[in-house]
Order: sequence, then C-alpha cells, then structure tokens
Amino acid sequence: MTDKKQDYIDQGLQDLNNDGVDRRGFLKCMAWAGTGLVWTMSGGIPVSQAFAKGMGKHAGKGSDFTFVQISDSHMGFNKPANQDVIGTLKAAVDKINGLPTPPEFLLHTGDISHLSRQEQFDNVDQILKGASAKDVFFVPGEHDVLDDNGKSYLERYGKSAQGAGWYSFDHKGVHLIGLVNVMNLKAGGLGSLGSEQLEWMEKDVKHLKHSTPIVVFAHIPLWSVYPEWGWGTEDSAQALGYLKKFGSVTVLNGHIHQTMQKVEGRVTFHTAMSTAFPQPQPGKADSPGPMKVPAEQLRSVLGITDVNYVQRQHSLAVVDSSLA
Amino acid sequence: MTKKNIWVAALAMPVLVALLLMAGSPSVMADQPSAAGTDVKIDNFSFGPQTITVGVGTTVTWTNRDDIPHTVVSTDGVFKSKVRDTDEKFSYTFTKAGTYPYFCSVHPKMTGTVVVR
Repeated sequence: MTDKKQDYIDQGLQDLNNDGVDRRGFLKCMAWAGTGLVWTMSGGIPVSQAFAKGMGKHAGKGSDFTFVQISDSHMGFNKPANQDVIGTLKAAVDKINGLPTPPEFLLHTGDISHLSRQEQFDNVDQILKGASAKDVFFVPGEHDVLDDNGKSYLERYGKSAQGAGWYSFDHKGVHLIGLVNVMNLKAGGLGSLGSEQLEWMEKDVKHLKHSTPIVVFAHIPLWSVYPEWGWGTEDSAQALGYLKKFGSVTVLNGHIHQTMQKVEGRVTFHTAMSTAFPQPQPGKADSPGPMKVPAEQLRSVLGITDVNYVQRQHSLAVVDSSLA
Repeated sequence: MTKKNIWVAALAMPVLVALLLMAGSPSVMADQPSAAGTDVKIDNFSFGPQTITVGVGTTVTWTNRDDIPHTVVSTDGVFKSKVRDTDEKFSYTFTKAGTYPYFCSVHPKMTGTVVVR
C-alpha cells in the first residue's frame, strides 16, 4: 500500500462514529495504481483496510469472505468489438485465480450467452470450471432468454429457483437474492421484476434481522442509470422498499458493460464491467451497442468485481479490476 | 393562336406535363403505397423508417444491420420473430388493414409501427 493511500484511510477513520453503525455513508474513491478502483462507504474503509492488512482488529471475530461478480460474457459474440470472447472470459478466470484471497463463490449477473444457444452456455460452464471458486450463481440477461422464454436457461441454471429463475441463499450470515428483470419486457419499457417475483421477495426478507447484510444481484440495473437506453428497472423501487429496514444492502448489476456506482442511504448500487466488450457511457453515443476500442486497450475496459465482506461491518468493499 | 391563347397554352403546358409526370410516379400519390417502402432496416438500436405505410397484402421485411441481435415483436401479439443476428431477416405479410405497433423484445426502447391501408 502506498503512503498516500494509508494517509487517506487514516483521514477517513477520523470521521467514523466508532459504534459500528454509520448511516451517513459518504463515498470515498481511492485510486489504486494498476489494479482499478476501490469504492467503499465511509463505514467500509476499515473493511478494505482490514482486508489489505490481513484482518486487523476484526481477526477471529467471525466469518469474513470474498466473492467475485462477473457479467456479460456474451458467449457467441464475434463482431469487431471483440472477436475472442472465449479468450477474454478465460483471462477473467485467470484474474479470479490470481486474487490474494480466493473467492468463496462467483456471481454471474447475466448475458452469459449471446444468443441463448446450448453450446454458448456450455462454453461458459466449461471455462468457469477452471475458476478456483466452484460454486457459481447465475441470473439471466436478456440475451439468455431469447426465443424460448428462458426454458434453456432455467433447465441449466434454474433448478432451485422459482418462477423465471429468482432465488435466494445464505452464506456465512449474508443473505443473497438473485432477481430476474429481463422477462416480459413491454414496448418502450425498462427492465421488469413483476408482481409474482416482488411478492416472493417481500416474503423472503420479511423475517430476516435488520442486521443481516443483504446482497441483491440482477442483470439490468435496479436504479435509473439511463432510461433512454433502457438502463433501469420499472418496478425496482418496490423491491428496494422491502429492504429499507436493513443496515447494509449491496446491489450488484450488469447489462451496461461498464463500472458505475451509486450510494443511496444504506444501499450501494454497483454495476460490473463485461468480460466480452465495453459499451459507451450514457448519452455519449447514438446507441448502447458494442464499443470498439483499439485492440491493445480492450482488456483494460473488461474486468471482474471482487466483493469483500467482514462481519460486523455494515458495508461490503467492492473492488473492480480490469483484465489488463 | 391569339396572344391570349398563347398565354393560356404556355401556362397550361407545364401544368399538364407535371400532372402526367406525377401520375407516372407512385411515390407522390398519397394513397398509393410505394414498392420501395416495404423494407425496414434495423441499425443502431432503431427501426428505420420507424413508421411505414403499406397496402393490404404487402410483405414487410426487416433486416438487422446492427452488430447486436434484435427481435421484431408485435405489441398486440400479431407477429413475433425469432432472434435476428446481424444480416438476418424477418418478413411478415399484412393481410388486414390496421395499425401494428411493434418493438424489439430484447431492447424494448426500440419501437416502430406498420400502418396497413
């Protein structure tokens, strides 16, 4: 760690209310030379510090773990923006395997395939078998539910899911919820969760303690990134309403093929890079299609997201790393 | 011819010529659909032209020129394409007059209309 970064962390620590509950949640951005951006809430600075320094005062207090989010592998895409999505997905797996702390599982936030074809899903499954983390949890993107209303996706990834593929699970005290917002999209509309899924979600979180850290993952952003390009979910406000009581909510999305972050009270929203191709920033192009960059820059705009959880901290530290 | 007649003829001729030319050019006649207007190009996350007007019995063909797959789906359940990747086409023959709004079910902000007269 550089001296500059240590100074920054120390300065942040002075601002903290040290009773373990920080609800102001202002965002600090720390530039980390060479490996990408570390975004963390003020309550999260000791989290990343503990992670970097190897546990610190939280050693032995309970389970700490990391997991990785990857997204938008678009297996089968072969246009100029990236003619080797297999290679870049493999590079993402290498990146995962090179992390200092092995992740305990992976989340894939959708657009696994490019055209919902069996061989495309197969390819991704085979490549991910090479990752150190053997458990992978998926949610579909709109490219995964083409033509067959999600039947191939569900047969492969939805065995313990309900409806169009939503589910939840617990890992060492954290409650993770996988949502599907790419089905039954209406003309002119945005992503959509639908009433059946929302009812399920309300029941799913009703009896959880307020101190349970929540991670929600879904393909299309659950906040309004850029509605003109469909980058938002129509009924996400209702879903987020069910999570109001919780002290720590992290929302992980994909779809937009770039990193974006927003903090709203105790909710941190984060979108991941794609492992296939980048897309333009909101409004910076005619349309949100694949963005061509010089070949030597491609891997610097693709990447993975490492998420760090330390028990008793009220936020998760989210670290984006590019493939180059 | 008298001077007056010459003037009338001079004025009438271009009008007559214009009318004859117009009759021969279907695209100017408002109630006659254009043969060229049966193709819709999909590019840059949009349908072009966004609204087309065709006659009953016309087959409209959508061609995807974008580098991303799209679909063509009627909002009223009248027609629905399979996913169309780059250079793939979808055609539908409109046998009944009416207005047919449609969209891309993968990128629902993309909308278009076929008006059938």
